[in-house]
Amino acid sequence: MNFEFSEEQVMIKDSVARFVRDEYDFDTRRKIIDSEEGINRDFWTMFAELGWLSVPFEEQYGGFGGSVEDLVAVMEELGKGIVVEPYVSTVVIFGGLLSAATNADLKSTYIPKIIDGSCLGSFAFLEPQSRFEIADIATSATVGKDGYAINGTKTVVFNGASADSLIVAARTSGEQFDRDGISLFMVAADAPGVSIHSYKTMDGQSASTISFNDVLVTESQLLGAAGQGMEIVDQVMPNILLALSAEALGIMATLNAITVDYTKTRQQFGTPISSFQALQHRMVDTFMACEQSKSLLYRGLCDANKVAVDPSVGTAELLKSVHALKATVAKYGKLIGEEAIQIHGGIGITDELNIGHYVKRLMTINVTFGDADFHQKKFNQLSYSSL
Amino acid sequence: MDINFSAQDLEFRDEVRAFFASEYDAKVAESLSSGQGEDYKEAIVAWQKKLHAKGWIAPGWPKEYGGTGWSVTQKFIYETERGAAGIPDVVPFGLKMVAPVIYTFGSEEQKAKFLPRILSSEDWWCQGYSEPGAGSDLAALNTTAEYAGDNYIVNGRKIWTTFAQFADWIFCLVRTSKDVRKQQGISFLLIDMNTPGVSVKPIPTIDGKHSLNEVLFEDALVPRENLIGEQDKGWTYAKALLAHERTGMAEVADSKRMLANLKQRAAAEVNGGQPMIADPVFQMRLSDIEMQLMALEYTELRVFASMAAGGMPGPESSLLKIKGTEISQSIHELQLQLAAYYGGALQGDLSNQQLGHEFAAEARKSYMYGRAASIYGGSNEVQRNVIAKAVLGL
Ligand SMILES: Cc1cc2nc3c(=O)[nH]c(=O)nc-3n(C[C@H](O)[C@H](O)[C@H](O)COP(=O)(O)OP(=O)(O)OC[C@H]3O[C@@H](n4cnc5c(N)ncnc54)[C@H](O)[C@@H]3O)c2cc1C
Repeated sequence: MNFEFSEEQVMIKDSVARFVRDEYDFDTRRKIIDSEEGINRDFWTMFAELGWLSVPFEEQYGGFGGSVEDLVAVMEELGKGIVVEPYVSTVVIFGGLLSAATNADLKSTYIPKIIDGSCLGSFAFLEPQSRFEIADIATSATVGKDGYAINGTKTVVFNGASADSLIVAARTSGEQFDRDGISLFMVAADAPGVSIHSYKTMDGQSASTISFNDVLVTESQLLGAAGQGMEIVDQVMPNILLALSAEALGIMATLNAITVDYTKTRQQFGTPISSFQALQHRMVDTFMACEQSKSLLYRGLCDANKVAVDPSVGTAELLKSVHALKATVAKYGKLIGEEAIQIHGGIGITDELNIGHYVKRLMTINVTFGDADFHQKKFNQLSYSSL
Repeated sequence: MDINFSAQDLEFRDEVRAFFASEYDAKVAESLSSGQGEDYKEAIVAWQKKLHAKGWIAPGWPKEYGGTGWSVTQKFIYETERGAAGIPDVVPFGLKMVAPVIYTFGSEEQKAKFLPRILSSEDWWCQGYSEPGAGSDLAALNTTAEYAGDNYIVNGRKIWTTFAQFADWIFCLVRTSKDVRKQQGISFLLIDMNTPGVSVKPIPTIDGKHSLNEVLFEDALVPRENLIGEQDKGWTYAKALLAHERTGMAEVADSKRMLANLKQRAAAEVNGGQPMIADPVFQMRLSDIEMQLMALEYTELRVFASMAAGGMPGPESSLLKIKGTEISQSIHELQLQLAAYYGGALQGDLSNQQLGHEFAAEARKSYMYGRAASIYGGSNEVQRNVIAKAVLGL
């Protein structure tokens, strides 16, 4: 049994932590958010130079050959700084889908570009009528003479404004909710027929509504077999959920630490408010919430490692663990955010203080790829439907 | 036991309903929801002037000063109808906070000078109690007012002052005596916001709006005639009205309305082809709230009934404040849950229209700002302390 990060993981964790501490203070982050593009390209280049963008990719593409555990190590530290540069969109999701893809040409073209920082990517899946069921897809890719024509609208595409390339989930066959018939296409953000309307999101990042109007793509832009896109998505989803939860955990730990510190310095009734048992017990609860979330994260990592070593064990345990993790992180994240604000009192409501900004990122993570209820229902289906 | 209304009460209810239906038109509603800019001030003042013209602006005041003379039941009916119609309450600082202090403890001159202008919404008031060092421990305040030749010289800093940017007047608790028990050296002072030495600094909040401010006093001269009652007795005057303030925080009618809206939206939002309102888990979330609200409605009625029988709102008003704010916050939470991905999208050029789910941006703002409800008006922790001490005798 071993719940320690490896020496190598500690090194990369420390390097991200150092960056957040020395170069990504709250004012710097605010300036980046207020800037035209809303991200700092110089920092992105630096992430590439430091090797952070290569973490989960195979060595044959120039990657670090890392596991989801390495990714988690990075994400937790990025969470502590609520870093807005699109690591999740580009490396975790876009890169994750490419890693799971079977189209060798696409992989060898795009993965090196992610690693050297020259390609930012997004995954366009959500549609106006869909909620958390990714297979609820109405965007169509109909067969034409040299390939497919994509038509439809995607909403809240994270990082859509900066992305060079999009992975688009579109239906090549089947009905709206069918899992079969969904295909993933690599589409250039500036391809004819693609129009992108972007907006800021509360977590300091951005998202876009993207419409596809007879966007022509060829077979060579398919990530895998036509109609089998959900297989790729399913394969990557546990890693995405683990990485997002790790980011959330970094935020939760930070919120708790800031709040505990604040209560030691804030005086009311002639004493630090940390001396009130009513508040002490609540901070004990949020501390326990954070520890329990961490345990589920480590549980998910152990299950993921087991599957990586021996795929024949199947993903049932892993899926249960990641649904439990995402549901718990959402529930406890909400608790921790709300308690951080409450225990700060009036100052917790201000835009000037950092805690509101941590809370907003947590809130965004909470709904990304499913909220607490969604994941708890999936957990129920996996656990009880055969009883 | 019953809550049957008399024929007269029902007649009154119909009159209130008809008045709201004809006077609170879509235009007023729209400008009121437009945010917290000058538009908001104009719209709410215009609406309050209509209420004033009808004679309904101050149901809580004694009749002699401009109150309605309604029974407790009528006041309850009025509030219920207001909430059901989705009409925001009046701005409380003048009508519900400072006016009762003035008509209870003020001089005849003060009553004549201030009350009519509060009734007619000519003056906008704000509340200058909290300070950086004095929040829950309000009596620790140290904005000073030094008495010097018919004037007080006021120095200090008030914080979290809601809508100070609109205000003509501020009512303040200030320290007039030092070497006494801290509650005993406090006075209640009315200050013209145009006084030289008074300045206002905005504090942006996490919902992206501007309602909070700092108010600074640098050698501001305030005439002695603006002191309420006796010097050093301000704490008593302020405290007498806190219970009233808290009773108003149950906001049952408003929560009922929000919940009704939420149900409608849940019927329109779809997941996996099914409306969210048909989702058994979502139904449980809704009914958790609705059952709490059903209870609170009757808890409030019980408080009203005991007030009608001559009682004063006591420490049980803390219960109304805690439960009322917890319920409104849980409605905000569920609204945001319903908004899913769309809650996080900030309104920019066209984004709202393109996104659909129009309620989502508002859901986020309500959720974020709504966190404050358990902080202001005496935090919910402090209210629990009140119940522990005054009700349970702990
Ligand atoms: C949106 C908003 C609007 C406001 N508007 C106004 C206004 O118009 N005018 C005005 O004067 N003020 C206003 N306030 C200020 C409000 O009254 C104070 O924020 C409130 O009294 C809490 O004080 P504080 O912020 O200093 O928090 P603190 O008193 O520092 O409290 C911090 C935390 O400690 C807890 N705590 C404190 N004492 C105890 C205790 N004994 N036991 C257990 N827990 C305790 C609190 O509950 C809170 O969770 C407003 C505040 C907000 C957020």
